[in-house]
Amino acid sequence: MKILVAVKRVADYNVKVRAKSDNTGPDLANVKMAINPFCEIAVEEAVRLKEKGIATEIVVVSIGPQAAQEQVRTALALGADRGILITTDTDLESLAVAKCLKAVCDNENPDIVLLGKQAIDGDNNHTGQMLGALTGWAQATFASELNIDGDSATVVREVDAGLQTIQIKLPAIVTADLRLNEPRYASLPNIMKAKKKTIDSTTPADLGVDVAPRTTLLKAEPPAERQAGIKVEDVAELVDKLKNEAKVIS
Amino acid sequence: MSILVIAEHDNNEIKGATLNAVAAAQAIGSDVDILVAGANCSAAADAAAKIAGINKVLVADNAAYEFMLAENVAPLVAELAANYGHVLVAATTNGKNVIPRVGALLDVQPISDISAVISEDTFQRPFYAGNIVATVQSSDSIKVMTVRTTAFDPVAEEGGSATIEAVSAVHDAGVSEYKGEEVAKSDRPELTAADVIVSGGRGMQNGENFELLYKVADKLGAAVGASRAAVDAGFVPNEMQVGQTGKIVAPGLYIAVGISGAIQHLAGMKDSKVIVAINKDEDAPIFQVADYGLVADLFKALPELDAAL
Ligand SMILES: Cc1cc2nc3c(=O)[nH]c(=O)nc-3n(C[C@H](O)[C@H](O)[C@H](O)COP(=O)(O)OP(=O)(O)OC[C@H]3O[C@@H](n4cnc5c(N)ncnc54)[C@H](O)[C@@H]3O)c2cc1C
Ligand SMILES: Nc1ncnc2c1ncn2[C@@H]1O[C@H](COP(=O)(O)O)[C@@H](O)[C@H]1O
Repeated sequence: MKILVAVKRVADYNVKVRAKSDNTGPDLANVKMAINPFCEIAVEEAVRLKEKGIATEIVVVSIGPQAAQEQVRTALALGADRGILITTDTDLESLAVAKCLKAVCDNENPDIVLLGKQAIDGDNNHTGQMLGALTGWAQATFASELNIDGDSATVVREVDAGLQTIQIKLPAIVTADLRLNEPRYASLPNIMKAKKKTIDSTTPADLGVDVAPRTTLLKAEPPAERQAGIKVEDVAELVDKLKNEAKVIS
Repeated sequence: MSILVIAEHDNNEIKGATLNAVAAAQAIGSDVDILVAGANCSAAADAAAKIAGINKVLVADNAAYEFMLAENVAPLVAELAANYGHVLVAATTNGKNVIPRVGALLDVQPISDISAVISEDTFQRPFYAGNIVATVQSSDSIKVMTVRTTAFDPVAEEGGSATIEAVSAVHDAGVSEYKGEEVAKSDRPELTAADVIVSGGRGMQNGENFELLYKVADKLGAAVGASRAAVDAGFVPNEMQVGQTGKIVAPGLYIAVGISGAIQHLAGMKDSKVIVAINKDEDAPIFQVADYGLVADLFKALPELDAAL
């Protein structure tokens, strides 16, 4: 069984990214970049499926600047077998990303595509579902448990009400939620090994994908700041403030 | 062009989030229809027809739509969308699961989590964990979007008298099947509907200690939430997670207990009207957004709070 994992290069989750002072976009100058945490979980799940003998090959793909090669390498160090880097100079919308991934699916014929549920920069939560539409495959989003059984998979999903279980036919799209697994750290020998693994480079144009944007970012502004609050001395003062000043409890 | 809102419902009742999505739709235009896709969902359709300001309720009542499986519902919505300029749904897990699939079927770029309507084609949405507000203009002929429910006051549940029209189209992709659900039953209000929320974090130390929060919550008629750390540690179930990648809430009062205030947690609650933080670390970032901060050991403060209420 072949697994394709899509990983995105994003600002590290510890960084509070701010709008540029001219409000034209996020200020990413000198910001530490990393693999999107949900993508890391997706990679880990693929590696575990390989360790269980269910997956035979893990291909990792990223769409982004040349530097996204670092994130592909990270995934290779975690245990993916080979990489595909689709380079672009502009930030692609999720529709264009999904079309690139569809083209990769056509070439690679994976049985499962694992993605993160959400990229923590754009906060879109789109791509897996969109790839589902383009391939016509089943989708299991927000997965917290994945069990493969022949040509189908049982997936537990994190939904608003709790946990939902669905069964999907393969090939299928699965997007990882936080509780799917806890990703490992890459070991030094595996980091060294990853340097020798192949990364094929291509472009959306080579894949025949039209990436013309459908939306324009007119402005990127900081959100309204909260007024600084006060510290209270004890519970009695807190209750008094909530009753008589904020008037939010009676 | 008219606007289609996909209802969030359980086949019997319309969920509150739908009313926020309708409010967003009405900020775009006045001609708003609702789609109720489900199975044996006529009660939900009747309820939808009563929502204030709705023109028409479309009901797709078929076993294939019972659990909102995206593979079946997305082609239905995509087909109906031909008659609309906008398709909206609340940013619930159902909405987020279905809408992007609709977008790709229509070859349009979906827009997530809109928090304001600037014009028919221009919307605001938070990204980067709510640290930046984007104003986005769409050039697609059909705008397909999810709605951040906390950003729009709900429309009235009653007062409308929409016509109800059956949709006969059946899409059953046959690739996915609902197997079951694990839902914790609670008498407390739902997180996204509550006016008061008491949330616990890693500082709670274990699930049993959440009893201390439940006691306070019950005195306040509050819902109980949690940080990711508390969910990951197994103190409480996933549906209680508040944050960038959990539930977005904005109650009148949010009390964060033993929560440090990571970017990702703040993203889910910093639009609350009044924020209280109880934390033993006076430098915890949560205090930067708190209206009232209490530097204290929660195991002392919570019983005192319980007694004082
Ligand atoms: C991709 C991604 C997505 C994420 N999504 C979310 C999300 O949606 N929601 C979310 O919450 N987090 C999310 N996180 C996690 C987030 O980064 C933090 O790790 C998490 O919010 C920390 O939870 P916490 O505040 O409970 O724990 P900690 O940061 O460990 O804080 C515990 C706090 O409790 C206090 N404390 C301890 N004991 C006591 C006591 N006896 N009395 C009083 N105070 C005490 C401590 O001083 C400390 O401030 C996400 C992270 C990633 C990478
Ligand atoms: N540029 C990209 N390259 C590779 N994978 C991506 C890219 N953008 C999004 N994805 C995948 O889609 C998931 C969801 O992203 P999004 O829909 O942007 O929130 C991510 O976790 C990745 O798995």
